[in-house]
Amino acid sequence: MTSSSEDLDAQPLLAVEDLAKRYGRHMGCEAVSFRLWPGEVLGVVGESGSGKTTLLNCVAGRLTPDAGRVLYSDRLGAVRDLHGIAEPERRMLMRTDWAFVHQNPRDGLRMGVSAGANVGEPLMAVGARNYGAIRSAAGDWLAKTEIDVGRIDDPPRTFSGGMQQRLQIARSLAAGPRLVFMDEPTGGLDVSVQARLLDLLRGLVTELKLAVIVVTHDLAVARLLSHRLLVMRGGRVVETGLTDQVLDDPQHPYTQLLVSSVLQP
Amino acid sequence: MSDATQSAAAIPARDPTYNFAYLDEQTKRMIRRALLKAVAVPGYQVPFAGREMPMPYGWGTGGVQVTASILTADDRLKVIDQGADDTTNAVSIRKFFQRTAGVAVTEKTAEASVIQTRHRIPEAPLADGQILVYQVPIPEPLRFLEPRETETRKMHAYQDYGLMHVKLYEDIARHGHIATTYAYPVKVEGRYVMDPSPTPKFDNPKMSDCPALQLFGAGREKRIYAIPPYTKVESLDFEDHPFTVQSWEQRCALCGAEDSFLDEVLTDDKGGRMFVCSDTDYCGDRRAQGFRGEAAEDAA
Repeated sequence: MTSSSEDLDAQPLLAVEDLAKRYGRHMGCEAVSFRLWPGEVLGVVGESGSGKTTLLNCVAGRLTPDAGRVLYSDRLGAVRDLHGIAEPERRMLMRTDWAFVHQNPRDGLRMGVSAGANVGEPLMAVGARNYGAIRSAAGDWLAKTEIDVGRIDDPPRTFSGGMQQRLQIARSLAAGPRLVFMDEPTGGLDVSVQARLLDLLRGLVTELKLAVIVVTHDLAVARLLSHRLLVMRGGRVVETGLTDQVLDDPQHPYTQLLVSSVLQP
Repeated sequence: MSDATQSAAAIPARDPTYNFAYLDEQTKRMIRRALLKAVAVPGYQVPFAGREMPMPYGWGTGGVQVTASILTADDRLKVIDQGADDTTNAVSIRKFFQRTAGVAVTEKTAEASVIQTRHRIPEAPLADGQILVYQVPIPEPLRFLEPRETETRKMHAYQDYGLMHVKLYEDIARHGHIATTYAYPVKVEGRYVMDPSPTPKFDNPKMSDCPALQLFGAGREKRIYAIPPYTKVESLDFEDHPFTVQSWEQRCALCGAEDSFLDEVLTDDKGGRMFVCSDTDYCGDRRAQGFRGEAAEDAA
């Protein structure tokens, strides 16, 4: 316990211990443990139904796990048990410290209100009450996510799929989160739009020193974004390691299958 | 002026086939319990087992149930609809209570002990001991932004009210100013955000620190809420777009008032129009005191 900044770095941002979630007789995920450090991007890969999204939802506090703990160390360094704290406190954390990017932008955006209001909402939720300031912050975020600032008053339903996804990212980052959860952020977008979005995401994550958990079935996305990988199958983590290590030298038979089934153009 | 008070006198005192004020005693007891809870938690929407009333939803079934539950034989009732004592809704509800409760009625704001209202707060200041009952169509201020009741209840419980400002933000982004003119959201005693029923925002400042008890009844949605006397009620706004009330360039054409809420009335099909007080009692009082507007002669 010498200098506080060293201690903060030494402490994981998020520690997941033995997490399990069942849907009746079906297993969602089981015995998942991992740690996430500040500024780290963790990729979760696996086939459909392997429990990736269940895991993400449990870790993000959107689902209550049946067993295990999610420990989050907040800005003051205090460790909080996500599923042990009261709901108002958890919702406050979700507003101030965390953000969630959905696969379908319609799940993360309010389609009925303008782009500016969508980006401004997280700011208003934490108490911003100056219209001019909210609007200029919204404009800045649109610019950062490469959306024409002239579209600030247009509703997101008039945006293309790629723009909607970028708007969702702007909205999720507006309140200055430390940890971002992403569920297939590039799913449903065409390849060139995907590439542009990934490029943007990578830039923002580095610039803002965000910690990210990104769930994807696309190994290219995982390789481009994440530092470390969890490979899931049947609700369990079958392999973990540095991204390049896992993808270039897969150890588990399932990972080997996964890596070898990627089409090479 | 209308002769509502006179024609009312023609109605037989009280129809004994009804229980006092129509509702049975157990129902009134249930509603009073909801009212007590609503007064204890200002601005909080208390669910209650709303009854079918002999009038359609949207005609004030919530307000009527609240009035029926608080009415005593000594009360003097005033009923207004858009500020007027002589419009259909006001006349029929007033008759309803004359027939079922036999209570005295009045058009004078100052003389009434219970005032049931649709859409307006009387211009004359309310006093200690008076009760104002509002008819509310949609009690949930967050409804049009968040359709899930489970979610809006949590938002109220956790004071998660950022969304309310999203609506005001949208107004400014689209119209350059906060264009919400009625059902303008308020925060009661620094805690619950409340829909003040579709009263014009002109009346919002009157809700704050009001000596009278204010009760709100929503019949279809089955919710009751309240503002106890002398409670702080703030209209939501932005620092750089503060709350303002409507103002008119005209004065009332009948009484010359410049401080009251004015209705625009078309007088012919050639574009003729005049602005008159929406509160008929206030306007009549002023004319009785000798105030005159520009159209007073022909209108009288």
